[in-house]
Amino acid sequence: MTRETLLDIRGISKSYPGVKANEDVSFSIGVGEVHALLGENGAGKSTLVKMIYGLVKPDEGTMQLRGGAYAPAEPSEARNLGVAMVFQHFSLFEALNVAENVALGMENPPPMRELAARIRAVSEEYGLPLDPSRMVGDLSAGERQRVEIIRCLLQDPKLLIMDEPTSVLTPQEVEILFRTLRQLSAEGTAILYISHKLEEIRALCDGATILRRGKVVGTCVPRETTAREMAELMVGATLTPPERRATAKGEIVLGVTDLSAASPIPFGTSLKNIGFTVARGEVLGIAGVAGNGQDELLLALSGELRTGADRIRINGHAAGDLGPSERRKAGLVAAPEDRYGHAAAPDMSLVENALLTGAIRRKLTRNGFIDWAATRSFADEIIETYDVRTPGNHVAARALSGGNLQKFLIGRELDQSPQVIVINQPTWGVDAAAAAAIRQAILNRAAEGAGVVVISQDLDELLEIADMFAVLNEGRLTKPRTVEGLTIDEIGLMMGGAHGMEVAHHAEA
Amino acid sequence: MLRLEKRPNPSKFWLYATPVVAVVMTMIVGGMLFAFMGKNPVEVIRTIFWDPMFGEFAFYLRGQLLVKAGPLILIAIGLSLGFRAGIWNIGAEGQYIMGAICGAAVGLAVYPTESRLIYPAMVIAGALGGWAWGMIPAILKTRFNTNEILVSLMLVYVAQTILAKASTGFLKNPEGMGFPGSRNFSSYPAAANPELVAGTGIHWGVVAAFAVAIVGWVLLSRHIIGFQIKLSGQAPRAARFHGVNPSRLVVLCMGISGALAGLAGLFEVTGPAGQITIDFNVGYGFTAIIVAFLGRLNPIGIVFAGILMALTYVGGEMAATNLGLPAAAIQVFQGMLLFFLLGVDVLTNFRIRTAILGVK
Amino acid sequence: MDIGGINPVILVASLMVAAVPIMLAALGELVVEKSGVLNLGVEGMMIVGAICGFMAAVGTGSPVLGFLAGAVGGAALSLIFAFLTQVVLANQVATGLALTMFGLGLSSLMGQGYNGIKPPLTGKVPFGPLSDIPVVGPILFNHDWMVYASIALVAAVWWVLRSTRLGLIVRAVGESHDAAHALGYKVNRIRLACIAFGGAMAGLGGAYVSLVRVPQWVDGITAGAGWIALAIVVFASWRPWRVLIGAYLFGGITVLQLNLQAAGSAIPVEYLSMSPYLVTIIVLVIMSSGKGRASLNAPAALGQNFHAAR
Repeated sequence: MTRETLLDIRGISKSYPGVKANEDVSFSIGVGEVHALLGENGAGKSTLVKMIYGLVKPDEGTMQLRGGAYAPAEPSEARNLGVAMVFQHFSLFEALNVAENVALGMENPPPMRELAARIRAVSEEYGLPLDPSRMVGDLSAGERQRVEIIRCLLQDPKLLIMDEPTSVLTPQEVEILFRTLRQLSAEGTAILYISHKLEEIRALCDGATILRRGKVVGTCVPRETTAREMAELMVGATLTPPERRATAKGEIVLGVTDLSAASPIPFGTSLKNIGFTVARGEVLGIAGVAGNGQDELLLALSGELRTGADRIRINGHAAGDLGPSERRKAGLVAAPEDRYGHAAAPDMSLVENALLTGAIRRKLTRNGFIDWAATRSFADEIIETYDVRTPGNHVAARALSGGNLQKFLIGRELDQSPQVIVINQPTWGVDAAAAAAIRQAILNRAAEGAGVVVISQDLDELLEIADMFAVLNEGRLTKPRTVEGLTIDEIGLMMGGAHGMEVAHHAEA
Repeated sequence: MLRLEKRPNPSKFWLYATPVVAVVMTMIVGGMLFAFMGKNPVEVIRTIFWDPMFGEFAFYLRGQLLVKAGPLILIAIGLSLGFRAGIWNIGAEGQYIMGAICGAAVGLAVYPTESRLIYPAMVIAGALGGWAWGMIPAILKTRFNTNEILVSLMLVYVAQTILAKASTGFLKNPEGMGFPGSRNFSSYPAAANPELVAGTGIHWGVVAAFAVAIVGWVLLSRHIIGFQIKLSGQAPRAARFHGVNPSRLVVLCMGISGALAGLAGLFEVTGPAGQITIDFNVGYGFTAIIVAFLGRLNPIGIVFAGILMALTYVGGEMAATNLGLPAAAIQVFQGMLLFFLLGVDVLTNFRIRTAILGVK
Repeated sequence: MDIGGINPVILVASLMVAAVPIMLAALGELVVEKSGVLNLGVEGMMIVGAICGFMAAVGTGSPVLGFLAGAVGGAALSLIFAFLTQVVLANQVATGLALTMFGLGLSSLMGQGYNGIKPPLTGKVPFGPLSDIPVVGPILFNHDWMVYASIALVAAVWWVLRSTRLGLIVRAVGESHDAAHALGYKVNRIRLACIAFGGAMAGLGGAYVSLVRVPQWVDGITAGAGWIALAIVVFASWRPWRVLIGAYLFGGITVLQLNLQAAGSAIPVEYLSMSPYLVTIIVLVIMSSGKGRASLNAPAALGQNFHAAR
C-alpha cells in the first residue's frame, strides 16, 4: 500500500549544551499512516516531536508538510496547519473543567455552550465518553487522556502526535484507544506514535523509525519484525534478564491491615482498607494505572502520612503513627517516585542527598552534629557500588541524568541494610541498562532477606521481579496472589477493566 | 537575544561575587540618582562609604557603625534561618518593639532597685517578648494555615500602637513632666546597656550579634537542624521525606527570629536609644531583611552585610547634614541594593547565553 | 438618627469612599495572583502611585490626569518587579518586599516639597435630584466618579476572568505554567502583563488616597493599605465580587473606628486604631482554617517562577 506523503523530515539536528538531542534525523509519514517513533528514554524522541509541534526550533534540517515548507514558530501555527499533539504529561489544568481545557488547546474555540455540545458529540463518535463540565482534577488518568485526545480531534487534525499514550491506561483501555486510533487512521488522519512498548507498536503501527542517542538507527515494518529485533536496535545491545535465586519465605516483616487515609495531595486518591503482608525475602509487586493511590501508599508506608499505630507493623511492631525517621530506625526504607524534589533535593550535592535518608541507619550524626566525613564516604560508597556516573560527590543531584540519579537514590536506600524496602516506580524514565541494574540490586537485597514492596506502572517489570502481585485501583488494593500463572487478561480485570469506556464502542459495533 | 540556561551546578564564584557586583551597581545607579538630584555623585558616595571609616570624624563614626550594625545583624541572622526554610517572618520590626517594651517593663517595674540580676532578667524578658510576638503568626500558621507574611506584618502595626500606648501610658516616666517616653535607662545603671569599650560603640547587643553569628554558622553548616532548614526551603517534600515536621520548623524559626529581634530591641532601648519613646524604632526590622539577603542568608555574610548597611545609615546621616541629601534617598539606595542583588543572583544558578535571533 | 453619636447613613457613604483604594489595589493583585504571581510590593506601588498622582494633579490642576499618572507610576514600578521575577527569575517574596521598601523611599524622595499642598478637588458625579433622596441619595448618588469606576472595574475583572478567552488564559497560566507552556502560551509575557495591570491598579488606588481620601501628601500616606489589600485577596478567595465585599468590610471598620475616636468613645484610641489590623488577622485565620477552604481556590502555581528548560 503506497500512501501520499504527509510529513517529510530531512536532516534535522538539535543540540543542547553538552547533548546532541537529535542528529541528522530523517523520516516521513504518509497520509493516514500510523507511524511509530521508537527509542529509549533520552533517545531524542521528545525533542523531535517538540520540533514538529513548534515548541522547539531545529538547529539544522527541513520539514515539509504536504509538499510545502513547514517550520512552525509556535504550537498555534502547527495547530493551524493540522498538527495536533497529545502530551504524556503537563498539559492539563486540574482546576479548570473539561471544556475550558479543550478551549485552551484550540485556536478559535466556539462559545462554551457550543463547545460543550461538540465535545459530547465527538467523544461519543470515537467511543471516548466525556462530561464537558467536570473538573479535570477529578478525572482518572485515562479520562484525562481522553480530554487531550478530544481537544486534538475537535481541530480535525491531519497529523496526531501521541507521546507514550498507553503508560496511563489499563490493558482494556489500551484496546479501546487502539480502536479509536485505527478509526482515525481509516478516516485519513496520520498518527505519529511515540513509545518504547514494542508489542503495542507491533499491534498498531504501519511503519516505525527507531532512534538511539538522537540518531535514526533503523526503520522497519513492525508487523514483520520481532519485538526482540526492535529491542536490540533500540538499545544497541543484547539484554539479559535479571537472575533470581529462589529464597525460602521467612517471617513477616511488613504487615498492613485495614489502612485507610485521606490523600494529602490536591485531587489525590484516598487509600481505602488496604491490607497485605510481606515476608522476608519476598517481593510484592503493586500494579495500577497512575493516580490510583500509588503516591499516597508510598507516603503512608514511608511515614510522611501517619495513620493509626497498628495499621502498619514493621517486624511485628506497631509503626503506623511513626514519622519517617522512626520508621527508618525500625528498619524500613522507602524510595518515592519523584526524584527531583521528593526523593532528592535537586540543588543539593550528592553528599547532602546521602545524608537526607542515610543519617539514621548509617549513624551520620552525633548529638545532632553532622559527621561530614562519614557522610562523604557513604556517598562515595553508593557511587562506587551502584556505578553512578558522576564527576564527584560534590555535584548537585540535578546535574545527574535520570538513570544515574535513580541508581544513586535506590543505592542510598539499599545500602542501609534495611529489613523492609518500599519503592515507587524504581525504573521510571531510566534507560534499559540502568533499569536492569536497579532490578538486579533489588532482587539481591530480597535474596539477602529483606521484604520488598515495588509499586510500578510497568507490568513487565513487576512480572519480572515480583513473587506476589496485587493491583491498586481507586485507592483499594486487590488481594495479592502469586505471579506464577498470572495472565494479562486476569491482570486487566484486577486493574478494574476500562472504567466504563467499552460501552460506547460496543454500542457502535 | 539573551537567554538563560540553567547551570548543572550552582556557581560557587557567583555565590560570593554577586553581593559585590550588586554593591558596585548600586553605587553607579545610586550615583546617577544623586547626580540627577543635583548632588556631586562622587562626593556623596565618598561621604557614605568612605568617610565613616577613614574620614575626618571616623574616630567617632566607626563606633556608630557597630551601634547600627549590632541590631541589624542580630535580627537578620534570625530572619535568615526562616527565609532559608521558606518561612517569611517580615514582622521583625514588631517583635523588636515588643522585645523592647517587655524588657524595659521588667527594668522599670523594679526601679530604682540596684541588682546584678536586673539586666539579665530584662534580657530574658526582651527575648521572650519578641519570641511571643513571633509565636502568634507561627501558631496561626501551623494551626490554621494562615499566611505568616501578612499576619507578622499586621502585627507590626499592632505593636506600634502598643508602643504608642506604652510611651504615653503604662511606661511613661512619672517624673517626665508630662512628656511622652519612659525613664531614661542611662540614669539607671542596673538596667542600662552602656558602651563597653569607649569609642568603639560595642555594647552588649553587639557582643550578642557576633556570638549569634558564630552559633548560627555552626548550626547551619554542622548541625542537622541547619540541614533540615536548608532542605525545607529547597525541597519541602524531600524535607518531609527526610522526617522534618514542617510545623515544628515554623515554630522553631519564627521563635528564634522573634527572640533575636526582641533581644535587639531590648539592647537598643536600654543602650543607644536610652528610653521607650513612640518612635525609638527606626525600621531596623525591615532593613534587616535587606541585610539577610545581602549576606546571602549566611551568618558570616550577614555580619559583613550588617556593617555595610550600617555604613549607609551612618554615611547617609553625614550626607544629610553635610550635603543636604534627603534621608529618603538613603532608603531608595538601600532598596536599590536589594533589587540589584536579587537581579544579579540569577548568575549563581543560570548562565546567560547570547542566541542568534530566531533560533531558540 | 444617630447611634452612639454616629450617623449610619454617613457611615455607609463614607465607607464606600474609604474602601476604594484597597478595592482597586486588591483587584489588581487578584489578577496578578490569578496568573500565578505573588507580588508583595502592593504597598510600594500604591504609595508611588499616590505621589505620582498627587504631583500630576497639583501640576496640571486636573484630577483625571492625576489618577492617570498614579496608574502609570504604579505600573512603572511594577515593571521592576516583573523584570526581576519574570526575566531573571528572582524570588517573588523577596522581590516584592524590596519593591515595597524601595517604593516607600522613592515616594518620600519624590514628595519632598509637596507637604501641606491641597490637590485639586475630584468632582462628584452630578446625579441631580437623585442625590437628594433620603438615605439612598447620600449612599448611592453622592460620590466622586472613582467610587463608581472602582465598582465597574470589579465587574469588568469578574467578567474578563470568567467569560473571556483572555481570562481563561490568565487562569490557565496561574494553574499550571508547564501545561500552558506546552500548549504554546507565553507564560512569562502573560504574567508580565498581569503584573503591570496589578501595578496600575495599585497606583490608581494610591492616587485615590492622596487625591481624595486624605487629601494631601504626607510620607507613608498609605499606612499599610497595600498589605490589607493583599489580605483581602485571600479573604476573597480570589473572587472579584468578594474583593468588593472585603474592601467594604475593611473600609467600614476603618471609618467606624475613626468615627468612634471622634465621638469620644470609651474604648481607648490605641485599641481602635489597631482594630483594622487585628480584624485583618482574624479574618485571615477564619478564611484559611476550616480545612483550607480559601487555599483550595488559590491558583496552583502561585509564587512559583517559570523557566522553560527545553
